[in-house]
Amino acid sequence: MDAKTLQERFLELIRRTSCEMPQDMIRAVDKAWRQEKRDTTAKYALGVMRDNIKLAGDLSQPLCQDTGMIICYVDRPAWISEREIIRVYSRAVAEATKKGYLRQNSVDSITGKNSGNNLGPGSPVLHFHETTSKSMTVRMMLKGGGSENVSTQYALPDNRLGAGRDLEGVRKCVLDAVHQAQGRGCGPGILGVCVGGDRATGYVSAKEQFFRDLDDSSSDKTLAKLESSLVKEANSLGIGPMGFGGSTTLLGVKMTARNRVPASFFVTVAYMCWAYRRNGFKLSESGRITGWVYDQGGKR
Amino acid sequence: MILEAPFTEAKVRKLKVGDVVEITGRIYTGRDAFHKYLHDGGTSPVDLMNSIIYHCGPVVVKEGGRWVVKAAGPTTSIREEPYQGPLMEQYGIRGVIGKGGMGAKTLAACKKVGACYFHAVGGAAQVLAQRVINVPNVHLLEEFGSPEAVWEFDTVKFPVVVTMDSHGRSLHDKIEAASAKELGRLLG
Repeated sequence: MDAKTLQERFLELIRRTSCEMPQDMIRAVDKAWRQEKRDTTAKYALGVMRDNIKLAGDLSQPLCQDTGMIICYVDRPAWISEREIIRVYSRAVAEATKKGYLRQNSVDSITGKNSGNNLGPGSPVLHFHETTSKSMTVRMMLKGGGSENVSTQYALPDNRLGAGRDLEGVRKCVLDAVHQAQGRGCGPGILGVCVGGDRATGYVSAKEQFFRDLDDSSSDKTLAKLESSLVKEANSLGIGPMGFGGSTTLLGVKMTARNRVPASFFVTVAYMCWAYRRNGFKLSESGRITGWVYDQGGKR
Repeated sequence: MILEAPFTEAKVRKLKVGDVVEITGRIYTGRDAFHKYLHDGGTSPVDLMNSIIYHCGPVVVKEGGRWVVKAAGPTTSIREEPYQGPLMEQYGIRGVIGKGGMGAKTLAACKKVGACYFHAVGGAAQVLAQRVINVPNVHLLEEFGSPEAVWEFDTVKFPVVVTMDSHGRSLHDKIEAASAKELGRLLG
């Protein structure tokens, strides 16, 4: 495949990620809307969200203006180099910014200057993994600042919460994180939680949970049970959509665990907003899209 | 409920927490850079008396020589908490639109000057962009970059919920307190 074709494919993935809500999330927002009581601010907010999902798809315009950190995971086959992917992907990001699929979102932290094209030190974010497969799998996530700002990390034991170095302590951290976030993360939210790791890998692993299907459960039975009980408990807090009050505070909790050193016990909670933007595809060496990673709702 | 420009104190004083309001008239975007700039003594490029400030970093592109809003939802307001109250008092700002609510200082200023906090649905960038029918001007674009610039938006029926009113009431305080109580029960 030539560079021009690859850039077009990347641009299409960015467009879809920014403008089209994943099918599992559409179903979850619809269900929440049905469940909230009539004439409540919660139901009103979920109604606006549903209208917004439809409009963004129809108009091919961003679901949310904060198109966030542009995060991409690439399973790289032997026929292409990381260098080439970075070069072409960067061009696609700049083009997507020009077309308005992405906001000008890359700001120099020292001078305050916006690069205007989403390129600069640390942006966009790319992770590579070598694959023996013939096709290249590209998964993408856009995560806005509101949800990122309420993401947080605990070191157990935590005196304030009375949280010890066990799963009960983990549970307390997660519920506290939901309470701390209130409506500021643009709920109803989805949590990615990593138990263990170090400070850096904890955040990376917590965020990677957002590549999972909303309807799945952890392959670890203990974590799977905790995932489902935490959703119920968090929803009893009554924070509701956008913090307006109501019974839908979270739509999902996705957990994972990493080994830790004996001295550290981190619990990392990443928060994803309801405008959950992720997508992914598989590309053949000839440049053909051979499949989509997530349910596309019959669209091609 | 409709709120039409000019946004006078009398109109805003009538609004109460929980009211679903549709705003029609000119509003100005302003977020982190603009609030800090004003706080540091910068001159406002627009007349802020009886104005509504929208905490928003929109996606705006130029098409056929005019600005077109591609996405325009609210950003988190609490970051402006150090500045918002004093600026409301200094300039006669009549309301702010944002998300997530604001703190005690802003609530006190709302009561004092007769202003409201209007909550837009976060992430609803398309529903909200559709209610911006014209972008007559932009200020501080070079200095701040596009998301932080001061955009003039002419809105029609821009949908928001009053979550902090000019009578000292805050929905955010209420939800925070109720959820803290429930959290206390869950944590034992």
